[in-house]
Amino acid sequence: MLNYTIRRLLFAIPTLLVISFLIFAILDLAPSDPTGNLPLTIPPEVREKIRLSLGLGEPFPIRYLKWLQQFFINEPLNMIEQWFGITIGDSENRLRVQSWATRSPVVDLIVERMPQTLWVVGMSYVVGILIAIPIGVISAYKQYSVFDQVGTFISMVGFSVPTFFTGLVLIVVFSSTLGWLPSIYDTTHKVTDLASFWFQVKQMIMPVMVLALFNASQLSRFMRASMLDNLSQDYVRTARAKGLKERAVLLIHVLRNSLIPVVTVIALGIPQIFGGAIITEQIFRVNGLGQLLIIGIQGADIPLVQTLTFIFAVLIVLFNLLADIVYGILDPRIRYE
Amino acid sequence: MKKALLCSAVAAGLFAGNALAERGSDGQLNIIYWQAASILNPYLSGGTKDIESASMVIEPLAHYDETGTMVPNLVDEIPTVDNGGVSEDLKSITWKLSDGLMWSDGTPVTAADVAFTAEYCLHPEGGCQQASNFTDVESVEAIDDSTVKVNFSVAKPFPYGPFVGAQAPVIQKAQFENCMGAKAPECTDANFGPIGTGPYVVTEFKANDVVSLKANPNYRDAAKPAFATVVFKGGGDAASAARSVLETGEFDYAWNLQVEPEILSKMAAAGKGTVVSSFGTSVERLMVNMTNPDPALGDKRATVEGGPHPFLTDPAVRTALSKAIDREILVEVGYGEAGQPTCNVLPAPAIYASTANDACLGQDIEAAKKLLDDAGWVPGSDGVREKDGVRLSILYQTSTNSVRQATQALVKQWWAEIGVETELRNIDASVFFGGDQSSPDTFQKFFADIEMYTNNFDGTDPENYMANWSCKEIPSPENQWLGDNMPRYCNPEYDALVAEMSTTAKLEDRAALAKKMNDMLMQEGAMIPLIHRGGVSAHANSLEGVRMNEWDSELWNIADWKRAE
Repeated sequence: MLNYTIRRLLFAIPTLLVISFLIFAILDLAPSDPTGNLPLTIPPEVREKIRLSLGLGEPFPIRYLKWLQQFFINEPLNMIEQWFGITIGDSENRLRVQSWATRSPVVDLIVERMPQTLWVVGMSYVVGILIAIPIGVISAYKQYSVFDQVGTFISMVGFSVPTFFTGLVLIVVFSSTLGWLPSIYDTTHKVTDLASFWFQVKQMIMPVMVLALFNASQLSRFMRASMLDNLSQDYVRTARAKGLKERAVLLIHVLRNSLIPVVTVIALGIPQIFGGAIITEQIFRVNGLGQLLIIGIQGADIPLVQTLTFIFAVLIVLFNLLADIVYGILDPRIRYE
Repeated sequence: MKKALLCSAVAAGLFAGNALAERGSDGQLNIIYWQAASILNPYLSGGTKDIESASMVIEPLAHYDETGTMVPNLVDEIPTVDNGGVSEDLKSITWKLSDGLMWSDGTPVTAADVAFTAEYCLHPEGGCQQASNFTDVESVEAIDDSTVKVNFSVAKPFPYGPFVGAQAPVIQKAQFENCMGAKAPECTDANFGPIGTGPYVVTEFKANDVVSLKANPNYRDAAKPAFATVVFKGGGDAASAARSVLETGEFDYAWNLQVEPEILSKMAAAGKGTVVSSFGTSVERLMVNMTNPDPALGDKRATVEGGPHPFLTDPAVRTALSKAIDREILVEVGYGEAGQPTCNVLPAPAIYASTANDACLGQDIEAAKKLLDDAGWVPGSDGVREKDGVRLSILYQTSTNSVRQATQALVKQWWAEIGVETELRNIDASVFFGGDQSSPDTFQKFFADIEMYTNNFDGTDPENYMANWSCKEIPSPENQWLGDNMPRYCNPEYDALVAEMSTTAKLEDRAALAKKMNDMLMQEGAMIPLIHRGGVSAHANSLEGVRMNEWDSELWNIADWKRAE
């Protein structure tokens, strides 16, 4: 297992380098201009100077190598310095990856936004799983019952209606009409006591539920299908023949076996949490990574988009590996040698 | 004890006159801009959201008020030739700072800070985004602590570029001293929290998200600002920003509500807020390509060398195209309170607005048809007019935006009625307005027959703006397509007027010249103006003091905003 993990990790290095190059090349080829969104009153000569000051005057390979150096050498060094409070070399003049729009280090922006994304999107994932598993189990056990039909209908709706629509519907109902919940996430809010905690819950309900509905509908279908596969297996009949209670058959034997593929799906979905839910974050104005990415794209903030996309790529590669390993642990029949 | 009593007595005396108005008495003000502030240094970001968010903190020497008139801000009077502030040869202007000005950190504001600001922006490696405000500035010298003199290399009839308006505020020398040139972007702390003279100071800045501010303890008016704290939230979209003020009442002020007029008026019906609009110089116009954009011309495409346009050089065609458009309907469909039909490319300030072209206001399909008939353009078998084998077939491009696409569709329909075929095209704004040399889709290259967008100018002086249509401004491969004369209009008479204006100082004469230039452009049909566009914002009914301003930051008088009783 350890050998396998190390081998996979080593393979990941060239993969990620290729990915980083591809992202950089695509962003560079894309026809966008960091000065494109500025007011037209700024004359072309000034725009040209702005572009030069952003480093756009240099050729493509140099810019790529510079980014590699900033991301793989300067940023880790800076992180080590901050953690241990030491100085390594000439840290004053070491260039970090700088965003073009904010002129501040990209990694600081990401660190600032990570908690909101983890809380809101992560919470929605947890809520989604908690809803999906019971629904999947009951739907499969009572296949074609009223519960199954209703569950199927709701998950189809949840899966096919886009989050920008459900988000708006919730805002119109709960914020505009009823006035119960805030429509705009207050990102300066700090939880200090019970009342402020309650406010935090209130402002998280809508974005979390919108995403949870989407996640749950997907996962509950997986859960149901996997349960159905297992329910018709011979070992289930054997278990029943042994005289086990129906509850034990279902929740101990069938559920555990059915969870194996579902856990893989859940693990593969985790990078999405970090990726944030771009649209939902934008609608509710949650200052997460998804919103950061979309603002970066709109403003042609290439270093920001490049760095964020690359971090997502790293996470996807890592969680693919993790899913494979977890699969091996859960299912003893699978061996990686 | 005695001393404390005395102090409170003095304080009571000071505040007796305005017992109601007291700094920080009105709690929190919530502002929403659907584009989030990225940085609070306007010299490093020309985006409106960044300029306006910064305008609460750092201020220029003089503001423009909502009528476009200059009002003194950090000075006691505006220098003019009459009061001796502007030299007779128009090559220098001397500003005198008000007494007792303080930065928010308690240090005095001096002429050295003003001089430093110019130096900061003029640094060749800084990539200063407001450099156009400092055009022709030769030097800025601090004569004494409160007097600063700006020297220009040429005679400047309108010397109010530097330090007037939200685009050119004064920054503190002590804070930015080590942030010159290439170092500018590295001073994140200063760029995120500039020390200013404005009514508010930054307490927390989350880039691309939210700015938290509190009242400036050293603000020059002891009774202002009325709000103790301000939250400047960003992100999302215009419609939900409008909703948060007009329907849910979570916010007090929302900026730039480019929302379908129908939706906006429905939201306003909830009665929580008021929609306000104000008109500056923005005009949505059709640019008419006078050169041939035929792809067969290769490198000479859409250049003067490539030859004239096959049919748009015919004045009858240009006039007919303009006459066929019903501007009232365009306003109704796409702009509502944010638009007025116009026939001028220079619609404001009032002294510059011409009335000579108002004939275009009414739609007249029959007259347009007659014009084309008389000019020899006759309908072919498919209803499209042609002459000598040239068909009136137009490629009409603009940026992607729902209002613009609705306008395109309407215009296409009207032009079809007069026998002109139209192909529509829309291009993402960051590409269309981006200056990417390798892209064929930029508005400078203009590889189409007609293109539509909005342009305006900063401040109130149209000299540079009107100079956009002189011959030397024509974009071409030789100048890397960097020119503002999109129609490729070239008329020596017009260039003579441009030259005359740059040496004319008297306001009335300048106005007459500007009007003449506007009329020349309009009557020759180099552009077809459609809509005079205004800014639309909304404020809660409980917020008082908003004076919506298109000439400066919308938040220019935020110090006077207060909660209604």
